[in-house]
Amino acid sequence: MKKLVIRNIDQGALMKLNKILKNTFLVLFACLVLSACATSKKSTGQMQGDVYTGTDTVEYLASGVPDRVFFATNESVLTTASRETLRKQAAWLRKNSDITIVLEGHADERGTREYNLALGERRANAAKDYLMTYGISSNRISVLSYGKERPVDSGSNPLAWSKNRRSVSVKAN
Amino acid sequence: MRNLIILFLIFIVPTNALGLIEVDITRGNLNPLPIAVSPLSIDDESKKSFEKTLKKKDIGSEISKVIEKNLKTSGLFNPLDKNAFLQAPDIAHLKPRFEDWNLIKAQALITGKVKNVDDKLRVEFRLWDVLAGKEMMALAFTTVPNNWRRVGHIITDKVYERLTGEKGYFDTRIIYVAEDGPKTKRIKKLAIMDQDGANNKFLTLGNELVLTPRFNPTSQMVTYLSYFRNLPRVYLLDIETGIQEVVGDFPGMTFAPRFSPDGKKIIMSFAKDGNSDIYTMDLENRIVEKITNHPSIDTSPSYSPDGKFICFNSDRSGYQQIYVMKSDGSNVKRISFGNGLYGTPVWSPRGDLIAFTKLHKGKFYIGVMRTDGSGERLLTENFYQEAPSWSPNGRVLIFYRETKTDDKGEGFSAKLWSIDLTGYNERLVDTPTDASDPSWSSLLSN
Repeated sequence: MKKLVIRNIDQGALMKLNKILKNTFLVLFACLVLSACATSKKSTGQMQGDVYTGTDTVEYLASGVPDRVFFATNESVLTTASRETLRKQAAWLRKNSDITIVLEGHADERGTREYNLALGERRANAAKDYLMTYGISSNRISVLSYGKERPVDSGSNPLAWSKNRRSVSVKAN
Repeated sequence: MRNLIILFLIFIVPTNALGLIEVDITRGNLNPLPIAVSPLSIDDESKKSFEKTLKKKDIGSEISKVIEKNLKTSGLFNPLDKNAFLQAPDIAHLKPRFEDWNLIKAQALITGKVKNVDDKLRVEFRLWDVLAGKEMMALAFTTVPNNWRRVGHIITDKVYERLTGEKGYFDTRIIYVAEDGPKTKRIKKLAIMDQDGANNKFLTLGNELVLTPRFNPTSQMVTYLSYFRNLPRVYLLDIETGIQEVVGDFPGMTFAPRFSPDGKKIIMSFAKDGNSDIYTMDLENRIVEKITNHPSIDTSPSYSPDGKFICFNSDRSGYQQIYVMKSDGSNVKRISFGNGLYGTPVWSPRGDLIAFTKLHKGKFYIGVMRTDGSGERLLTENFYQEAPSWSPNGRVLIFYRETKTDDKGEGFSAKLWSIDLTGYNERLVDTPTDASDPSWSSLLSN
């Protein structure tokens, strides 16, 4: 198993753990069992439906401006969280009007190569369209689909796949 | 490549004999035909001269090994152990003692003779029916010595055709993508090899991502997708000259290329503003035509062998399914209706079937269906596999398979596999590196 990264545990589970640690010796054994639960909960805690909601692969265009948004299997619909991220990107791009970006669209490994190339393109364009509605000119945004060719997580499990279904805004200049 | 042209000198017309042995290839063959491949005999002088030029001790025996391996991998034949052979190769080629071959349970026998004629390689061979005690065919070839493996493949094609009644697929090549490095930063190169894995060559250096190479069915051209300068575009590569060029002038990603059956057009997808449609480009006059016009993803097009129809992959119903249309884009009909998602349709060179990849309940299948979608048959199931490509006789499919990684994300591999249309004879196709996206060539000689 991968090392547990504490910031990825949802706060509820963390508080529960802290409470238990404050309790008596007798409960310590139970605590161990529970922390095992928390470990497995981690993977579901980082996904809503099958959309990734964690942060461990996210990079930042600037402080508080995440570079990527995530998608459900076979989908290119932007989630509420994705739209929030893209609004932050748009605000940042408006402030830095000399910057151009490439939107890199990706798919997970559970699909045929050619369809995934098209799906990656569709996802990146969903992000592009949203940025444009927030005033970013289309000539500052180019789109590049990698299909399933460039996963960030090489795992073969639902969590890894959710991290790989993404559109990443990359500074082009 | 010019030196690959083989000079055929057929000196005996195939002997016509009715009621001789036959191999049925329409069913899974659980009792492969026992066949003896006698080492091709060679005189000492020829042996020495070929040893010098080809660095092979006994070229006659090397050629027979090529034939034997081909026959074995076909799954239809069981080449017998050479140690059990009683008769010497040169005598057997003149007149086999059928009782001896019968004794080791051989039903068919291949004999031959190799000779150096003016620094050319002259090979003759005979196919014998052991039970009937008759010659079934006899042929001779003369070619440049470097072509010795191809001679073995052509002999196998002739034997296969004589015994099954259908054309062989041994004198062919596979173009594929050679893979290396971690899954997150995979390095991919175009590679080409003989159908049996010999003569592997890398055609690109791996500086840019390359995907989905496909042969032109009529020439030594290949079309593929390259990320050269980070612009994913369909390219055309002449493997004789090494010259490559971008196909068309599209303001965005072009992908999923294939040739038309006459080799004169490329059909592919062009993605723009989140929508992928199918286009063709005529390679002579460079005219581009838009074939589909739909806000969904339309990709993976493949022509029927008569060029009149196109099967393709679309998610216009909400999910990936297989569709067939006329080659002008009219009469679009969905043909896949089973459970799950369907992708990568490829029309059989025989015209009667479409091979596909299917995803259902977390498993991937390679299967075939009739061109109207009926008679779906799944040939193989795995964690991940896709992209079938037909052998030129439409009897075998080659595809690639990927393994599941462990919890640490390690243990990934991608390999080529082949399987008979019957669903039997699944085999790993050896490649020097990891491999994906195979495409089978037409027969190099006919």
